[in-house]
Amino acid sequence: MQRVLLIYLLFAPALLWLPERIKKQRALLFALVQLGVFAYFITRIPLLSEVPLIREVTQWIPGIGLDLEFTLDGLSMIFSLLISGIGALVFLYARAYMKNYRNTGRFYFFLFLFSGAMLGLVLSGNLIQLFIFWELTTFLSFMLINFFHEKEASRNAAFQSLFITGFGGLSLLTGIILLGKVVDSYSVSEWILRASEIRESPAYLPGLILILIGVMTKSAQFPFHFWLPGAMEAPAPVSSYLHSATMVKAGFFLLARLNPVLGGTTEWTFIIPLVGVVTMLTGSYFAITRTDLKSILAYTTINALGILILLMGIDTKLSVKAALLFLFVHAFYKASLFMIAGMIEKKTGTREIGLLGGLVRYMPFTFLITVLVAFSMAGLPPMLGFLGKELIYEAKVQLPGIGALILVLGVVSNVLMVAVSLLFIYRIFLGKGDSMPRIPDEKGFLLLLGPGILALLSLFLGLFPGLLGSTLVQSALAVVHAEGVEVKLKLWHGFNEVFMLSVMTVVLGVGLFLLMLRKKVIQERWNNLNQRIFYIQLTRVFTAALDQFVRFSERKTRVLQHGYHRYYILTIILFAALLIWLQIFVTRGWVIETGFSLQPFYISGLVLLIILSTIFSAVSNSRLTSIIALGVSGYGISLIYLYYSAIDLAITQILVETLIVVMFVLVLQRLPRFARLSSRLTKIRDLAVALIFGSVMTLLALKAIRLEFSAPISDFFLTNSYSGAFGRNVVNVILVDFRALDTLGEVVVLTVSAFGVSMLLRKNNSEK
Amino acid sequence: MEIILAILVGVQYTAGVYMLLRRSILKFIIGIIFMSNATNLLVFLSAGITSGSPAFLGESAERTDELADPLPQALVLTAVVIGLGILVFILALKFKFFSVTGTDDLDQLKSTEE
Repeated sequence: MQRVLLIYLLFAPALLWLPERIKKQRALLFALVQLGVFAYFITRIPLLSEVPLIREVTQWIPGIGLDLEFTLDGLSMIFSLLISGIGALVFLYARAYMKNYRNTGRFYFFLFLFSGAMLGLVLSGNLIQLFIFWELTTFLSFMLINFFHEKEASRNAAFQSLFITGFGGLSLLTGIILLGKVVDSYSVSEWILRASEIRESPAYLPGLILILIGVMTKSAQFPFHFWLPGAMEAPAPVSSYLHSATMVKAGFFLLARLNPVLGGTTEWTFIIPLVGVVTMLTGSYFAITRTDLKSILAYTTINALGILILLMGIDTKLSVKAALLFLFVHAFYKASLFMIAGMIEKKTGTREIGLLGGLVRYMPFTFLITVLVAFSMAGLPPMLGFLGKELIYEAKVQLPGIGALILVLGVVSNVLMVAVSLLFIYRIFLGKGDSMPRIPDEKGFLLLLGPGILALLSLFLGLFPGLLGSTLVQSALAVVHAEGVEVKLKLWHGFNEVFMLSVMTVVLGVGLFLLMLRKKVIQERWNNLNQRIFYIQLTRVFTAALDQFVRFSERKTRVLQHGYHRYYILTIILFAALLIWLQIFVTRGWVIETGFSLQPFYISGLVLLIILSTIFSAVSNSRLTSIIALGVSGYGISLIYLYYSAIDLAITQILVETLIVVMFVLVLQRLPRFARLSSRLTKIRDLAVALIFGSVMTLLALKAIRLEFSAPISDFFLTNSYSGAFGRNVVNVILVDFRALDTLGEVVVLTVSAFGVSMLLRKNNSEK
Repeated sequence: MEIILAILVGVQYTAGVYMLLRRSILKFIIGIIFMSNATNLLVFLSAGITSGSPAFLGESAERTDELADPLPQALVLTAVVIGLGILVFILALKFKFFSVTGTDDLDQLKSTEE
């Protein structure tokens, strides 16, 4: 499995640098690779009936116990087959569809990597690793949706999807870490082993909700669903792939993966179905009033995702079985419908349903395929979709408690879906259509290949569902629901209440379809009504909230980043002073050991002199006096050093002070007089700040006296100075011997500074 | 004596901060000198002060306990020299700045571009 993923990683860039001649066949090559991977997984199916899962582990970051863990079990098998199989068809379709676009190389590159990331996601046996693939799909789907980045709508849609799914990804990571801490592992198998511990820990509910937010954003659940219709800005192959087998199914996959760990609790069976039901209704309700082909399909995707999440939330054997089957149903019909929508747009130049009509004359095969898959979408026999819907009803009928309500809502949603499917067929292919921008044809074998295969599969598997049930669905079900169950699928269930529900759904759906067909006004009125009821559009809320946030940041930045140097300093100093004050207050109750004395007087006098000259230097209006006073205070300090046994220090200070004064005086004649820029009030304010800081530093100095510099260090120097370095002046020995490297660093600093100065001054001269 | 020296540290810091907050760049540079002097004194003080017995070893090369602590002295010595290096650089920078812009006002220095 790791090798399979490696293929994706290597092939994508390799095919980017193909010689020009082969470049045109790139899509075919990619499709072939996908097909190979598909075949690889097919050959693994028999193996799966013998061993429940195949695992490959590689050490990744052993320091924190993180391994690369790839597992192939029934669940990941279903997804792998869908991803690679539909992936191959999508590439074939894309070859025909993308023919006349620029930058197709980049497009295939991202699309191929995307399917690799998706495979990595479903094969991950470690949740941190899964998260990384999860984020990869987020990023790559952003690149794909953004393919027509010249269009603003494209950019906005891509950003929206990135923002929302990215936000969900972070939430997911938090949830994983939260629950991972409980069992101290991120391996799914470990989680399953110790599921009861996780379920009983207090972190369970927050963890579940955080992970659920990740699932909801990825799988476009209400209220995060609005990024999905936006994502139809992508080229048709991308929509077809994203909506059917990948991206949006990742959330469902994660739920199924974690069901043995987190499922079965009241929280699970309450929150998740609620989310699912609302999403399901939202999707089907809005699908019926849309007029853009891809938009209609996007909302039906939301509907299907809602159903999937709902079924996973109900969490009975039947519902999970239904969900797993419906996964296939939806992947088949959605992929092909998007391909057909893309093709129609390509051939006619529009995807407004109002402009289309009567296409059956020009595209008879397309019509046939569309009828098949749309029947599957509507859940009509003999398609696989019919079976899926039956199973869903069966799962809901046998539900206790709130099941009745869910059942009613489910019927409502399905009635809407029947009407949507029929309208889709009728409006495009039958009816009158004279306002098409172009008269279409059916040329392009590859455009029809994908939808055709998928339609036939829907039909074939609908007639012989046992092929699917006994192998794939059964082993996947065993993964999600631990007890092994035999799955026997058949198309005909006999006359029972489920069948009656189906009949009712179809009758009502057809009725709605006829009604909407007769009175065109209804749709318009309905649309207007919707706009009035749902005038708060989530996309707009999203944009507005984002704008507000940006504006808030701008305002805040303007206040904080004002650009005035001295106010930055003022802020820093003030905060530093207040913090030190706080610390001194916290550790109050210390005593100054030495008393106040002016002995010896000559030192007190010296200090007084320094203080006076410092103050004089600060307030003087003349530059020269200011600098001379500065020099006085510097020399004074060196005398203090001298008195208190720091002879080398005193010498250095005198040298440095002399240099400073000389340099100032040199520079001074080229500089202006002191500008008198501050008002009296600012001076007083600055003095106050300075006093706050100065006073606290005095206290700090008092506290710091007798601070023991780590005694062993000084002792070491004193003891070894003569014996080790043959020097009696210990300070000297430290500088040139013990810490010679530090001194070398100091020399480097001075050299660099000298270089800088010479550069600055030389440039000046050359300009003159 | 320590108290008086601590007050000296405070005064130097006060003067330093006050000068740092001025708009004139020259005053700002003087402020930096005060700050570095004050910090040096603070480090020097913190090890305790001993008068009249520098860390020189006598003929016997044996250490006696009254010697001043050499460690902070070595630290401060390094700091003084590096302070000089920085100061020279700032002065040159200031010099260049004035010859290019013709102003001594920090508030004019709000962006890196013209």
